[in-house]
Amino acid sequence: MTLFAEILVSALLVLGGVFVLVGSWGLAKLPSVMTRLHGPTKATTLGVGACLIASMIYFPFFSGTWSAHELLITLFLFLTAPVSANLIAKAHLHRQGRRIDPNPSDQIVDGLPPPLGTADWATFAGGTTTDTAIPGEADGDRRS
Amino acid sequence: MTGSILPIALGFAFVCVSASIVLNLFRLWRGPLSADRILAVDTLTINAIAMIVLFGIAYTTPDYFEAALLLAMVGFVGTVAYCKFLLRGDIVE
Repeated sequence: MTLFAEILVSALLVLGGVFVLVGSWGLAKLPSVMTRLHGPTKATTLGVGACLIASMIYFPFFSGTWSAHELLITLFLFLTAPVSANLIAKAHLHRQGRRIDPNPSDQIVDGLPPPLGTADWATFAGGTTTDTAIPGEADGDRRS
Repeated sequence: MTGSILPIALGFAFVCVSASIVLNLFRLWRGPLSADRILAVDTLTINAIAMIVLFGIAYTTPDYFEAALLLAMVGFVGTVAYCKFLLRGDIVE
């Protein structure tokens, strides 16, 4: 039984290491921000989850203690990774779509294509109101 | 440490996570946009959590898990604060 647990922990550790490395390799290698978002948000989260599950299997067999901390960390990471990815993508779209932060080094243009109807994308829809103020335009005189 | 394959797998995982941290630092140094740098810091936090968990397995002590949990929460809050600053130009409005 101990041998079985050791094999399982080793397999999960190797799987987690490979997934973490693939996610960070994608972060370093892929050409634009929207493609770079794919690596860390999916592969790295899965790799860290595999490492945490390996630790959760390891401790009852080899140390005799059991704790729910790993499960808590896994749950928290799996809940917060999509939220942070969505926020990063939204911030990037608002900076790139408004031409505040053009990116001359990227070969791929990251801006959104226009939607089919007459309306703009929903995240840009309130752009003319004060609800989504552009940093540097509306907030500039308030901070200065 | 017990048998013979667990130290090998643990060493492999350490090498992988260390190489990932080097790649994240490369993107943090290079990244042309601020969204790249936020993403690199977020991934760096997740890799630090993986490293802490691997240290906990290597030393067979459960003392590191509070640090990992704290780092997960603080990393998420930091990412949200950076994105909010980019979106609105301010964090607390």
